[in-house]
Amino acid sequence: MTQQVSGAAVVALHDKQTLLRNPGVEFDTDCFAGIQVNRSATERRATSYGSRRSIKQEQQAAWLLKAITLIDLTTLSGDDTEARVRRLCAKAKHPLSQGLREQLAMGDWQISTAAVCVYHDMLTAAAQALAGSGVHLAAVSTGFPAGLSPLPLRLKEIEYSVADGADEIDIVISRRQVLQGNWRALYDEVKAMREACGEAHIKTILATGELGTLSNVAKASMVCMMAGADFIKTSTGKESTNATLPVSLTMVRAIRDYMSMTGYQVGFKPAGGVSDAKTALLYMTMIKEELGMRWLQPDLFRFGASSLLGDIERQLDHYVSGYYSAAYRHSLG
Amino acid sequence: MTLMDSFNNLDYSCAMENATQAHDWLAQQQSHFGHFVNGTWCRDEQAEQLPVINPATAQPLAHIELADASVVDAAVAAAQTALPAWQALGGMGRAKVLYALARGLQKHARLFAVLETLDNGKPIRESRDADVPLAIRHFYHHAGWAKLQAQELPDYQAVGVVGQIIPWNFPLLMLAWKIAPALAMGNTLVLKPAEQTPLTAMLFAHLCAQAGVPAGVVNIINGAGQTGALLAAHKGVDKVAFTGSTPVGKAIRQATAGQGKKLSLELGGKSAFIVFEDADLDAAVEGIVDAIWFNQGEVCCAGSRLLVQANIEQPLLTKLKQRMQNLTHGNPLDKSVDIGALVSQEQYQRVQDMVTSGLQAGGELYQIGRADVASNYYPPSLITDVQTSHPLVQEEIFGPVLVAMSFRTQAEAISLANNSHYGLAASIWSENINRALDVAPKIKTGVVWINSHNQFDAACGFGGVKESGYGREGGKEGLYEYLKPVYLQPQKALPGTTKQASTEPHSGIDHTLKFYLGGKQVRPDSGHSQAVYNAEGKVVDWIGAGNRKDIRNAVSAALKAAAWSATTGHLRAQILYYLAENFALRESEWVARLQIMTGQTAAQAQAEFATSLERLFTYAAWADKYDGQVHNVPYRGVTMALPEAKGVLALVTPEHNPLVSCVSILAAALAMGNRVVLVPSERYANLALDLVQILETSDVPAGVVNIVSGSRRDLATHLAGHAEVDAIWCWADADTIKQVEYTSAENLKTTWCHADYDRDWLCNQQGEGQEFLRQATEIKNIWTPYGD
Repeated sequence: MTQQVSGAAVVALHDKQTLLRNPGVEFDTDCFAGIQVNRSATERRATSYGSRRSIKQEQQAAWLLKAITLIDLTTLSGDDTEARVRRLCAKAKHPLSQGLREQLAMGDWQISTAAVCVYHDMLTAAAQALAGSGVHLAAVSTGFPAGLSPLPLRLKEIEYSVADGADEIDIVISRRQVLQGNWRALYDEVKAMREACGEAHIKTILATGELGTLSNVAKASMVCMMAGADFIKTSTGKESTNATLPVSLTMVRAIRDYMSMTGYQVGFKPAGGVSDAKTALLYMTMIKEELGMRWLQPDLFRFGASSLLGDIERQLDHYVSGYYSAAYRHSLG
Repeated sequence: MTLMDSFNNLDYSCAMENATQAHDWLAQQQSHFGHFVNGTWCRDEQAEQLPVINPATAQPLAHIELADASVVDAAVAAAQTALPAWQALGGMGRAKVLYALARGLQKHARLFAVLETLDNGKPIRESRDADVPLAIRHFYHHAGWAKLQAQELPDYQAVGVVGQIIPWNFPLLMLAWKIAPALAMGNTLVLKPAEQTPLTAMLFAHLCAQAGVPAGVVNIINGAGQTGALLAAHKGVDKVAFTGSTPVGKAIRQATAGQGKKLSLELGGKSAFIVFEDADLDAAVEGIVDAIWFNQGEVCCAGSRLLVQANIEQPLLTKLKQRMQNLTHGNPLDKSVDIGALVSQEQYQRVQDMVTSGLQAGGELYQIGRADVASNYYPPSLITDVQTSHPLVQEEIFGPVLVAMSFRTQAEAISLANNSHYGLAASIWSENINRALDVAPKIKTGVVWINSHNQFDAACGFGGVKESGYGREGGKEGLYEYLKPVYLQPQKALPGTTKQASTEPHSGIDHTLKFYLGGKQVRPDSGHSQAVYNAEGKVVDWIGAGNRKDIRNAVSAALKAAAWSATTGHLRAQILYYLAENFALRESEWVARLQIMTGQTAAQAQAEFATSLERLFTYAAWADKYDGQVHNVPYRGVTMALPEAKGVLALVTPEHNPLVSCVSILAAALAMGNRVVLVPSERYANLALDLVQILETSDVPAGVVNIVSGSRRDLATHLAGHAEVDAIWCWADADTIKQVEYTSAENLKTTWCHADYDRDWLCNQQGEGQEFLRQATEIKNIWTPYGD
């Protein structure tokens, strides 16, 4: 009668290092039409991670090192230049100063950020700078950030970027398809983009700040996953509201539902708004609580961030020295 | 463990709260507590003692003395002595003291939180983030009520000395719920914390001195059940406020019967957590965590009965089981712990025994992790495959144990939710506002949470119906528990008449007065009649001598008339106006009959008739205007305090001014949507029975008013004991009142009892208005968080 479970979560069944890429499934409105997300309850849960779980001292240092390996170090500015991007790539390959590494007793343990994320025109410089480093190269694409250029051009843009060395493509979805309820059109677009990506992994940016409701966020997440997204991503960083915990929780729950429906694991990338170590730890706690440990790996979780790394360095400096550090003491990315 | 190991494992940290200050404070008190009486600590080393144990470690924290009768006497005497000066201090003066208490709690918030966790075993996260902040808020909020009392409640005054007995599950918070409103309204008090968890009350007593609470205003005595019983029954106590188990609540009701005390009881529950097919299931799962694994499930309103619509039962249970795997337990002082220790070895054993023996009746248990008797840790548990008759579905477990059942339709969900002795709280999970707001009023509880559970605030009343007790704590509705009207002017009883054998001869056709049951005139089951005498002592009428079966039939007719409670205030107003119309047509008859019966002058009888007519207008007016409140609760949402009809209301009416008192009481009850069983005074029962002809001709639906005459004491007692009667109002002699209050403990219906002649019924201030409307209704608070 008594059923004892020793913590063997469903997630553990999928606890394999090699990830089976989500091929997508047939479009089926039944899978998302009934979704309704309760905002108040979602917010209530989202505020609980920090007070229910503690990450301190050595564990905090370890979690922050892990956070570094989950970063898509990003620059997406109109004034980006090759030199700026090369500097960013250098930081991605060597995010911690030698001094800090020594104080952390890291020996020859190397860590880097997961990827560098740039506009298409910066890919060549970035690819050269990252060659052989193992750091992935991501390009924002498909008329980023608004996604309102002609579809053939958007698909072409993906092909250009893949050809120029990007192995990850961050596409933006057409928000209008969500707002008008054209789910099939959204599915078809994303599916076409996924095909255009070929071997490159596709992250679908929902621009959640422009989708109106959490229910729309959940539905759009589901449609993108059905269309074959490798990652679903919150924001371009250009909306007035970017990643928030309630939005992220909504997407993470959609990922969980999609997995129980199809068996495929899809990654999650909050972007914009995660700029300090404390917030990063809240996100990672949420992932561990909602999806489990397997998702705290770079193939299933990324932070889209530009200034987060700097704050993590400051916190790690504090961990080893006992004193708070200043931004100028850490090399610019 | 190297940094790289930590990097690979990504474990959480154990983050132990520092308990040094709490232990230091206990050491300063020599880890021994007597009683805080009249502003000083009294100790008696010879007194009987009990150890106070940290349930998570079994370490003794302190010892308390158990108050005996002499200590209780001293504490009540101190409260009595302090009362006049405390009331004379005025609203502003009391507001300053309550504000200082709020600030004092805030300044020592962490010490209170740690002490609470050490004493009770609840996770520090909860004592820090819920218990203590809510307690602080309660004092702030009620500092405000003290200030506003004179303007907002001018017709009321403090009850006097209050005896308060609180449980061990939220020691400081329950103390705040009891003390803040009592003090704000100008009462003085004697409070007894639970013997398992007295420590934060002891710290609070120290705070009282610092905050400028005058000596004797707050007295805190230690002791177990025996001390509580002494306090509750003490003659010097004007009001008893109790939070605890239903059996003890019933015992207190019986012990205080006939003592003229106000009583509020906040008792047990088996609250339903209802998930409809259109709910956000992930939200519901987190809601379940809040509902049954908050405070180890040791919560009177814990959502301990999960009712799930059949078509989503499997997905919800799958999600829930997955979520349960992430619940952590450990030392409650660790900030990363979800579930701490049950309050005592005894409670642990109780929960374990209940679950073990309950499972013999069937059911499948799903548990995460293992129980640990050394730290009183009982694992989060889900029991499925049970029916309504299962003991674990019916009885309050008061532990982290959830039972789950499915339902097919909305109607079935409502029936299942209401299928309980208890009626404290419920939550409704649905994204459909039409459904949620339709179901909420149909659940018989004092609190309904929509898409949330276990939400509390000082601005909102909390309390139950049925065997979950009565009275509200918090909000304006909670203040009345600590108030009594200032305007009552007891009247001189009419002299008795010398009953003569002779009968007033008939001048016309025989006048037969029958009972009125379910819209029909009915002869008494017993076949007996009793005489009614006029002022001269002559027999003027023969009325039926009702018995238990007549009461049964009357209640059953009232139950069937449920539509009256659901109809609109507008319609009830129309019918009350129509009653007035028909009542007025027979003015001369009423006046003449009143003169004959009571010996009043024509002018007096005329006045009584006119006031009776006015009362019908008063309550026709109120029928669509007594419309509750929206509470100002600090969240994004609406909390509605809805006055709902009690349901079936028994009215035992006074003999004093028999027409106007009877009409006043009846009209108030009807206006608020109650169905009524009325027992008139024996002396003037014929007047009430005369009303039948008017009721019959005024569109009052069958069963809404039922009238049975006979022995007031016997009929009132039958009504008090009838479980389908929701409340009883009784104007009678002391013995009948005692009997009614004692018998009401059967199902803990609300009682509103008065000596006959307690007021001047011809005076509008005393004879009508909000005092009656409040008694005719029960406040239900519906929490509706919103946002899309």
